[in-house]
Amino acid sequence: MAEEIIVYAEHQDGKLARPAWEAVAAAQRFSAALGANCVGAVVGENVRNLAEELAGAGLSEVLTIESPQLAQYTPDGYSAALRQVVELRHPRFVVFSHTYQVRDFAPKLAASLDRVLIGDSLDYRLEGERIIFVRQVFQGKFSADVEFRGEPPYFVSFQAGAFREDSVQQGVASAKITSVPIDIPPGAVRTRPQEKFREARQAVDLSQAEIIVAVGRGIKKSENMVLARKLAEALGAEVGASRPICDSGWLPMDRQVGSSGQTVAPKLYLALGISGAIQHQVGMKGSRTVVAINKDREAPIFEIATYGIAGDLFEIVPPLIEEIKKAKAG
Amino acid sequence: MKIVVCLKQVPSRDAFLKVNAASTWIEEADISYEVNEPDVYALEEGLRLKEKLGGEVIVCTLGPARAAQAIKEALAKGADRALHLDDAAFANLDAHGTAKALAAAIRRDNPDLVLTGLQSDDFGYAQTGVIMAEMLNLPHSTIVMEIQAEGEHLKIKRELEGGWFQWIEMPLPAVLTIQSGINKPRYATLKGIMAAKNKPLQKLTAQDLGLDTDALEPRQIISRVYVPQKTAQTEFIEGSPKEIAERLVDKLKNEARVI
Ligand SMILES: Cc1cc2nc3c(=O)[nH]c(=O)nc-3n(C[C@H](O)[C@H](O)[C@H](O)COP(=O)(O)OP(=O)(O)OC[C@H]3O[C@@H](n4cnc5c(N)ncnc54)[C@H](O)[C@@H]3O)c2cc1C
Repeated sequence: MAEEIIVYAEHQDGKLARPAWEAVAAAQRFSAALGANCVGAVVGENVRNLAEELAGAGLSEVLTIESPQLAQYTPDGYSAALRQVVELRHPRFVVFSHTYQVRDFAPKLAASLDRVLIGDSLDYRLEGERIIFVRQVFQGKFSADVEFRGEPPYFVSFQAGAFREDSVQQGVASAKITSVPIDIPPGAVRTRPQEKFREARQAVDLSQAEIIVAVGRGIKKSENMVLARKLAEALGAEVGASRPICDSGWLPMDRQVGSSGQTVAPKLYLALGISGAIQHQVGMKGSRTVVAINKDREAPIFEIATYGIAGDLFEIVPPLIEEIKKAKAG
Repeated sequence: MKIVVCLKQVPSRDAFLKVNAASTWIEEADISYEVNEPDVYALEEGLRLKEKLGGEVIVCTLGPARAAQAIKEALAKGADRALHLDDAAFANLDAHGTAKALAAAIRRDNPDLVLTGLQSDDFGYAQTGVIMAEMLNLPHSTIVMEIQAEGEHLKIKRELEGGWFQWIEMPLPAVLTIQSGINKPRYATLKGIMAAKNKPLQKLTAQDLGLDTDALEPRQIISRVYVPQKTAQTEFIEGSPKEIAERLVDKLKNEARVI
């Protein structure tokens, strides 16, 4: 029998969201390369409709794993459920998108089977018998080739955007849907989640801004924020920031751009002293033109910048403000 | 409340990092180290809980001799005692091995709460706390932004994507992984630094923890570390600051047409 690759299709608010399709795209490529069957897995309560939607993608089978105990996501419930699926199906790989939910339970699932997760991978490649995953270390300063040791099952999660949701292969016919019976003993789920909420803040909507001057830890001190404000004023821009700036209280939380902050797509994004960690990039890479000013020529932000200035922001921003004022006046 | 805070030492953010000659990791000689940032927040949270509820904060660090500096800092900030897992057998562990060693050390103390940072700035596994929870058979939660301890229960605020949050209730004992920004970490005082000198520090080896090399066998290995291949079409603008400013504004105006 052909080997199996199980892909975990995460749903959010009752829908298969982008991470689910990105994981499917990754798993499909992966199965093709390994000559394995690609099987989808949906976990929850009443997820039949999601399974049907998933079954349209080119998968050999879709598994539903349902229980009232899985109505809400919990790490205990989800890892227990998927562990039983893995024990039943013996897949070679289980593929995830590296979402906050997956970060929360996939390492536990793997550990419960005495295995590990290679988390947050960017890519993979085959070298003969070896399967090599690429992931970032040192916040993106370096890449690392990582390989599994020991026996399968192997667990791997891919970073947001590593595979594109529009590259999912649609199937000719709908895949068979199989309900996998599982048993979650009472008391196994120890955490009780409440409703999701947003803080009553969101005073600024950066998603609508045309120009954003974003400040990172390279600004060094809160007193230096005035420099960024002056640049923003000259450009008629909103001020945004990387997480450490908001953590320090130099700007309110609603100015944070990134995976846990706002997603923005301005015409112009000026990144001052921002390294470009992935959690920041996911919030701003839809910007049309990106200017990055960073002392470190190897900073990951230069991977996505349109114009790069490898230098000290304190030397460059003052004349830049002058030039912008001139250009606007002229 | 008895709280264990796992705290790791990582290369300083400002350190100039180079890949080593064998391309297996970074060149570790001559770089400075600091406490992993999310762990600093975890320690602060532990100290605050202790101040509110009483009890003790134990720092637990796995790392070579140099990591003693990270422990000293934590003791100077107010942790009561420390466990230092220092053994050649602990070099090159993966997240599974690290979690196993930490869990073995922590189990002996039977704490009410275990705190870790949500991920480390070097490997970035983001798994150690979660795996440890599984090994200790404790409930856990990750990316935690607020902790309220109510008797035998915890109420914690978890950060979700895109500015969403969620409150989660769970029983104690538990493991939580802490996100940066949860609090304002304190600095060590001179008095704290002096007091730290007399605080108990226990060194633990693999043998002390009953772990042989088989138990710590890595399940994933890093075969190569390298500077990522640049694929970007970034146009670098060079010159004096004034020239750079002129050229950039010209491009923004005439090429990108954004100003
Ligand atoms: C679950 C999770 C969620 C997260 N969510 C977010 C998020 O929503 N948004 C976010 O931004 N981050 C987020 N982060 C944090 C993220 O991983 C990074 O830690 C953060 O983005 C780094 O911010 P930074 O670039 O400002 O700081 P650093 O990484 O410290 O970079 C500072 C940069 O400034 C440069 N620099 C220093 N001095 C100068 C100077 N004088 N002139 C020019 N350049 C200089 C340095 O070369 C360096 O590249 C999250 C992390 C996790 C784990």
